[in-house]
Amino acid sequence: MHIIENGNAAAALGVKLCRASVIAAYPITPQTPLTEKLSEYVERGDMKAEYIPVESEHSALAVCIAASSAGARVFTATSANGLLYMHEQVQWASGARLPIVMCVVNRAVGAPWNIWNDQQDSISQRDTGWIQIYCADHQQIIDTVIKAYWIAEKVSIPIMVCYDGYILSHTFMPFDLPDQEKVDAFLPPFKPDYALRPEEPANLNTVTLPDVRMDVHGELAHSYMEIRYLLQEELRTTLAVAADAEKRFAEIFGRCGDPYIESYRCDDADHVAIGLGSLTYQLRVSVDALRKEGIKVGVMGVRFYRPFPDEAIASALKGKKTIIVFEKALSYGYEGALTSDLKSALYEHLAGTGNLPSVQNFIVGIGGREIRTDDLTQMFRTATLGRVSREPTWIGLKL
Amino acid sequence: MDKEFIEIRWHGRGGQGAITAAKIVASAAFASGYAGVVMAPTFGTERRGAPVMTSLKISKTKIYDLSPIETPDIVVVLDHLLLKETDVTHGLKKGGIIVLNTPVAFESYGFKDFKLAIADITAISVEAGLPHGMVNTGIIGSLEKGTSLLGIDILIKGIEEEFKTRNPQKNSLAARIAYERTRVGG
Repeated sequence: MHIIENGNAAAALGVKLCRASVIAAYPITPQTPLTEKLSEYVERGDMKAEYIPVESEHSALAVCIAASSAGARVFTATSANGLLYMHEQVQWASGARLPIVMCVVNRAVGAPWNIWNDQQDSISQRDTGWIQIYCADHQQIIDTVIKAYWIAEKVSIPIMVCYDGYILSHTFMPFDLPDQEKVDAFLPPFKPDYALRPEEPANLNTVTLPDVRMDVHGELAHSYMEIRYLLQEELRTTLAVAADAEKRFAEIFGRCGDPYIESYRCDDADHVAIGLGSLTYQLRVSVDALRKEGIKVGVMGVRFYRPFPDEAIASALKGKKTIIVFEKALSYGYEGALTSDLKSALYEHLAGTGNLPSVQNFIVGIGGREIRTDDLTQMFRTATLGRVSREPTWIGLKL
Repeated sequence: MDKEFIEIRWHGRGGQGAITAAKIVASAAFASGYAGVVMAPTFGTERRGAPVMTSLKISKTKIYDLSPIETPDIVVVLDHLLLKETDVTHGLKKGGIIVLNTPVAFESYGFKDFKLAIADITAISVEAGLPHGMVNTGIIGSLEKGTSLLGIDILIKGIEEEFKTRNPQKNSLAARIAYERTRVGG
């Protein structure tokens, strides 16, 4: 059944369909309507879950960590400075290998204060050991929440489902609301290998020494380095699990796509734009406009950002002349994080083949600066003629 | 109106229900076969009484561009005093239409290049039994009269559905009366 709702409602409905049993969140714009919806569902009895109001984002994730350790399917959501405030717990959740799903409703981070959209918040958490998936419309938001629980629980790694604040969170559009029975068929109840029980007290994630040592049972236990190696190793194998999730989702819901990237008119393109989130859909309009002028362009949305699908991306870009990376965030002091990741993937898979495309980085929409489609089209057209700059180029800057 | 792509910009005041009105039209458009419907409120500056804007794009195919409307086909103005505060015609396409809630006579307005559809929705809504100042359902009647957008019946149905627990009949009556009394010209 199709309904017309905003992106926050799409996320909330996804969480409800997944039967999350513990929700803890602290309101922050533009995430607030999402947690309000969930608290309404719980209050009305539409969702059999514990909604735990907390005094901060740090506590919100701490509650989720505890509840997940006890075997609950948990959910939280935040934005911008809220995400930064929970940063310590973000690292903890992945180190503790808990399958938490968190929506990050992308917003600029202070200072100075700004409540509008960019993606600096989730990009700044890139290296925390979480899986990160970016959504481009409401169908992707609700579907991704559902897939995220399945993937997270398979690999015991937490997932951030990221979507653009306001542009998606507050905008209404139609999407298919999956049937509860189908979601139940896709996502079985969460049964962790180990869960805390009050009658059997245990210490979790206590101090590990630099080297391995015997545990209380006299068995050689992993130390910090082994535990962290396994997180990296299993993040990399998550790429295969994501492909399984996509296949399984397609069988049950009849919708499917590439699990990692979403390409539009890329096959015969000489120049390809790349980005994360709703911007990549807006760029489709630019692609259509430039195609009418006879310029062979395409656009690729990176859906799975961590673990980075380097091989899939590099093979899709083999033989292209120009790659133009449009980003709403950057690694200050260098360039957009996606640009660096992309260059690294291209170097790894295409160096020496004579097929290395040139890479240009454009920075757009910082702090919610309006991204005009005409401006995107114009910059895209210019970039197809040759690299504009070695440094990232800021579009729409008024200096 | 049978167009591939229609852009409607709504001007109202915070609390007047412009977003709800746009949502009703969005749902009716989707039900009428427009696969692409995107309603985007302006963000961050909403508060009671302040001028607010909402964008509604309606398309036969999925909409990928969520950026704000720059050149609307239609502007809907829920309060005629907004004309003094905002340039509601900004970017309005030549031959576009302004749908306006006003108690002022049709003849006092002169919009070059644009059509005008007016009704005193504030008075009509009270006549329909709604509390004073509730104009977001009545204006939908004027919008339909001025543009023949979707047909009045599907909009009435949408209004009654949206307001099913809050005076559905009075709200749809306001739209019906407005539909009958809206004066279109220019």
